[in-house]
Amino acid sequence: MMFKAFLIKYGEIGIKGKNRYLFEDALMNQIRFSLKNVDGTFEVTKEQGRIYVEAKSEFEYDEVLEALKRVFGIVEICPMVQVESTDFEGISAAVLDYIDKTYKDKNFTFKVDARRADKKFPMNSMDINMEMGHRILEKFPEMKVDVHTPDVYFHIEIRNMVNIYSQKIPGPGGMPVGTNGKAMLLLSGGIDSPVAGYMIAKRGVKIDATYFHAPPYTSERAKQKVIDLAKQVAKYSGPINLHVVNFTDIQLYIYDKCPHDELTIIMRRYMMKIAEHFAKEGGSLGLITGESIGQVASQTMHSLACTNEVCTMPVFRPVIGFDKQEIIDIAEKIGTFETSILPFEDCCTIFVAKHPVTKPNINVIKRSEQNLEEKIDELMKIAIETTEVIECY
Amino acid sequence: MNAYLDNSATTKVYDSVKDVMVKVMLEDYGNPSSLHMKGLEAENYVKDAVKTIAKSLKATEKEIIFTSGGTESNNMALIGGAMANKRRGNHIITTAIEHASVANPVKYLEEEGFRVTYLPVDHNGIVDLDALKEALCEETIIVSIMYVNNEIGAVEPIEEIGKIVKEYNPAILYHVDAIQAYGKYNIVPKKANIDLLSVSSHKIHGPKGVGFLYMREKSKVRPIILGGGQQRAMRSGTENVPGIAGMAQAVKEIYTDFDSKIDRMYSIREAFIEGVKDIEGVTINGKTDRSNAPHIVSVSFEGIRSEVLLHSLEDKNIYVSAGSACSSNKPSISATLKSIGIDNGLLDSTIRFSFSTMTTMEEIEYAIEELKNIVPVLRRYRAR
Repeated sequence: MMFKAFLIKYGEIGIKGKNRYLFEDALMNQIRFSLKNVDGTFEVTKEQGRIYVEAKSEFEYDEVLEALKRVFGIVEICPMVQVESTDFEGISAAVLDYIDKTYKDKNFTFKVDARRADKKFPMNSMDINMEMGHRILEKFPEMKVDVHTPDVYFHIEIRNMVNIYSQKIPGPGGMPVGTNGKAMLLLSGGIDSPVAGYMIAKRGVKIDATYFHAPPYTSERAKQKVIDLAKQVAKYSGPINLHVVNFTDIQLYIYDKCPHDELTIIMRRYMMKIAEHFAKEGGSLGLITGESIGQVASQTMHSLACTNEVCTMPVFRPVIGFDKQEIIDIAEKIGTFETSILPFEDCCTIFVAKHPVTKPNINVIKRSEQNLEEKIDELMKIAIETTEVIECY
Repeated sequence: MNAYLDNSATTKVYDSVKDVMVKVMLEDYGNPSSLHMKGLEAENYVKDAVKTIAKSLKATEKEIIFTSGGTESNNMALIGGAMANKRRGNHIITTAIEHASVANPVKYLEEEGFRVTYLPVDHNGIVDLDALKEALCEETIIVSIMYVNNEIGAVEPIEEIGKIVKEYNPAILYHVDAIQAYGKYNIVPKKANIDLLSVSSHKIHGPKGVGFLYMREKSKVRPIILGGGQQRAMRSGTENVPGIAGMAQAVKEIYTDFDSKIDRMYSIREAFIEGVKDIEGVTINGKTDRSNAPHIVSVSFEGIRSEVLLHSLEDKNIYVSAGSACSSNKPSISATLKSIGIDNGLLDSTIRFSFSTMTTMEEIEYAIEELKNIVPVLRRYRAR
């Protein structure tokens, strides 16, 4: 393997002023977390505003790249060749060898971009650029120099080691998880909610999750499916504490006491309340849902306003303006789609009315909820107390 | 209390089966093809197993081919049979209620250019013999009929079919999927004119991953798994010796004291039907008398989704199968239930209870008691 190290380029965190080191440290932590599941030993270091990942053992290149592509905050990943040479002859031989191996077709324009961090090196950057360019043209006559808009930049960094790189592989962007607080994701077994969690995590937010389980109406396999989804999102977001709430009794109580066409709306209002309870308990500052306007009856503007009304925390709905296909595209990209479409019943569909209300009136809903006064507090308390928390990573 | 009533899905192995398998794996672990003594020891297990199994069918030892289970046996019979006989014709006859391990190979052959006739069944799941007579033609090369239907326990008139087929043309391969029948019936393939018969080990308290295909001598089947030429090149691959020895042990056990075992299973089935039929909104699918298989009862519960009932029973440590899984995102309606013409509203409300020689009367009583508790509660909460 030619590449032994990766230069990690990050975007927005570079501009966060005095807090910059916090963002950088969070990014390094996330990189380490992501590499934990990769075979090999890696050192993640920060040096003069750049982050390096160096392999200290044999490793599988593609596997490392995949792991790095999942770390929010990374804008570009540059696989590097490292040489120990301290004289120009050695460096130039390494660069020529690198070009030869990396680019089969040499019909392109280039520019050499040398940086001399080690000021003891006898040549300055300009000299290195000129001389190196010269030697490249000599060895590969089909290549051409273009100092304004080259196809390829050859970067040569002279530090303790000499780093040579030219490829830039896009990372996921975003901000390192842990730099923007925490939020509670309402996770169902569907396609949308894992995508919503992913999108908020991408902005640096740590994620917890709540799932509503309704045995015997939903099965153990449905629960396992949600755990698997949480684990997949956790590959990006870091560990997720998944709260599994047994919701059956509340659901049946609503079924007994409220008009059937309002069942889903009322049920969702209680789901929000329970999720908010765990959000507060765990230090989350907001809720996340996978709702998208108009997708189903419970996601019309009226319905959203009606479920939102029970929350005191902000509710983030990152896919609110997305069409289904746009959400599916992301789900496929992040690897949740296959799991999401497994055919298990979830608790939102089991008692769904043939004609649920699509324009619920908040006052009507509240009046219906008065029918629940006798036992609902007790049922909520039991549901919260019996909730199982599973750490997914 | 615990009630495992899903024995048509799979069964628990007999203790003696486990013992012989452990011995093979830890002590007599040789490869039957090896020339040394360890190989010979292993080969003897395989030979003994062939003997035991051949005897149970009144067949000869050359007629038994070990496979990885029922699915492979069915695939080999159909695909191997079609390949070997395609010069003679391209027509295959089967039923509308076959298990997927027959239905899908047949579908594959259909895609490869074979013509297939699917025989209809009556409301009890019994195949229409007039339709069979009508379907038989010069081009027919295979007739494949299941012995016992896996969902409702209907028993097909295997001997009569054999007679009809062979009287029409003795060259037609007659395949019987006996996966739910072996160990429940005394089967004599020669008497029933059966050429090929598929059996799985784990339905009769043997291990999973092993089964066999009975192949009447001189029946023309091309092997579908090629390799080192084991089992007279009909089915290559090192024999699964622990599995084969375990299966043979299960065969010995199940066919010992056989009639009383079957009688006991029927008594259990009758007690179960007696207990369940009085619950409101219950329909028993298929025959309730002893012309049905002894170990399967299909019950529809009006107004209850089968998956929900399944999980409610699971909560009481009662394990059953849903006749037809039809969740909101994946409709998979059972071909059998549809073919016997049960009410559309009941398709998604059907549960299969299945017994074995290990099932006890206590388990049955417990299951009935819990059903009586659960059914009215579930019926109160339904989508409307």
